[in-house]
Formats: sequence, C-alpha cells, structure tokens
Amino acid sequence: MKCGIVVFPGSNCDHDCYHILKHVLQLDTQWIWHKDETLDTFDFIVLPGGFSYGDYLRPGAIARFSPIMKSVIDFANRGGRVLGICNGFQILVESGLLPGVLMDNEGQRFICKNLTLRVDNNNTPFTSQCAPGAVLKIPINHGQGRYFADEETLKQLEGNGQIIFRYCDEEGKTPETANPNGSIDHIAGVANANKNVMGMMPHPERCADPLWPEVDGQTIFNSLIQSSLAHS
Amino acid sequence: MLAKIHVTLKNGVLDSQGKAVHQALNDLGYAEVEDVRLGKYMEVALSGISEQEAQTRVTEMCEKLLANTVIESYRFSLEPAE
Repeated sequence: MKCGIVVFPGSNCDHDCYHILKHVLQLDTQWIWHKDETLDTFDFIVLPGGFSYGDYLRPGAIARFSPIMKSVIDFANRGGRVLGICNGFQILVESGLLPGVLMDNEGQRFICKNLTLRVDNNNTPFTSQCAPGAVLKIPINHGQGRYFADEETLKQLEGNGQIIFRYCDEEGKTPETANPNGSIDHIAGVANANKNVMGMMPHPERCADPLWPEVDGQTIFNSLIQSSLAHS
Repeated sequence: MLAKIHVTLKNGVLDSQGKAVHQALNDLGYAEVEDVRLGKYMEVALSGISEQEAQTRVTEMCEKLLANTVIESYRFSLEPAE
C-alpha cells in the first residue's frame, strides 16, 4: 500500500502525517512536491495542515493552483481517495473538489484545543472503522475553520450523507456550546458526493501515535487503509 | 492601466470582523453606525491590453482567484495608470 503527502510551501503538519503513516502504520509513504506535475500511483493522498503560501488572499486560494493540484484533481475525479486536513481541507474547498467554504472563526480567534466530534456517516472510506455516531476526541488548530455553505448546498450535503463529522459534546449531542468556531450546523468535516474526497478541520495525525494516550485519529487512517485494501 | 478591485462578503454571510468593528464603533459613541462590512481592496497594474480586453480578463481573474464567489462578491474599475 502506497500513500502520498503533498508538501506546499508553508505546510507544517506534513511531517506529523508522514510519521503516523510511515512509522506508526508502516505504509510506503512518499512526499509529493507541490511543483511536481505528475503523480505516481497512490492508494490515497493526504493534503496536510499548515499555512500554504502564508494563507495569502484566502487560505488555500493560491495552493489550489500549484502545479501538482491539477494531477490531484484528476486523481480525485478518477475516484482516488484524497484526505484534506485543516489547511488541506481549505485547499480542497478552494479547488472545488468539496463544496462550501471555510471562513474566519466566529470569535475572531485562533483556536487550538482538544475537542469531540461525532461521526455522522461511517459508510465512507475515511470512517468505515468507526461505529455509527461514534464520538472521537481529536484536536483542532485553526483560525479559519468556520464551515459555511448556502442552504441549498446544505440540504444536498445532508441528503447525500456528505456531512461526515460534527462538533459535539462528550455524549455526542450538539448544543451551541459544543461549536468551537461557529461552523454552520456544527460541520467539522465533509465529503464529496462520491465519498472519495474528504476534508476535516480537526487533526487526526496529532492523536494517532500510541506513545500518546489518545489515539482516536488512528481510526481515520485505519479506515483509509481498510478501504484501500478492499479496493486493490 | 490600473484595475481597482473591491472584494466583500456577500449579504447574508456573517462578517465576524465587520461585526467586531461595528461593536467597537458603537462603543466609541458612534451610535449612528448601523452596519460595518470589511472587505479587501486590490490594485492590479495591467499593460499591453485594451480596456475592453481588460474588462473580460479582470472579471476572469476575480472569478478564478481574487474572490471566492461562494461567499464573496467583487466589483472593479479600470483607470489609466497614474
């Protein structure tokens, strides 16, 4: 099994992802440089977190036009699995692979904290190893993570099961106090209609090494591995 | 030629910075302030194209990169370079 991590200028969670995939999960893991134009064969690709191109203009707006992104978009359109984490999620919405947009947090503050997410669709390559409605503890670390989409788009997302994660309390309920950044409908992660592309603001790579007591992030990578095995 | 471009959040999209600035202006005693919207202003210098071409190309630039039309709207004017 082979996976790739795209490195943009300003990516800063790329090494964390690499560590989890390569050393913890023992996958053949390759770097993909943003200036490359062609992609090797991969089972899945990760767009990591960070501040690609300094978040200039809008987060992800410039990275989206990196030379490699044309190949990443082709890969996704052929059904290849792409996971975008934090800035990776922002790049995926800017590129049009995922609907909606990520705006400044409602409180105008950068938020770095551990919180809980509810798995609202476990029938995807990214969540197949989670129980339905499972509550995962995964940290967020962003200033621009307020998910927004218009009403019509939201209805489609809901109808197609594209809302994968919602911010929730420890019981899996969604009171206003369990929404860290003002995301519409508590949305923390969405997939495309085919469910082969997913973006999430929380960082599963930061809670996936068993040296740390919390490893809920592993379920997402394990799901990807299982679905890739089923695929090949 | 100089394209002067304004990008702002569409109506109905929560402008959290605008809201904070609005609050601050009210706190300073400017009770007449009803709403504040924050946006971006960009100047793009162009050469070697006609005004008509510039209209089309700057629109394209806004649609492709300068604005995210899911939440932002844009307007621009073209002026002779100073």
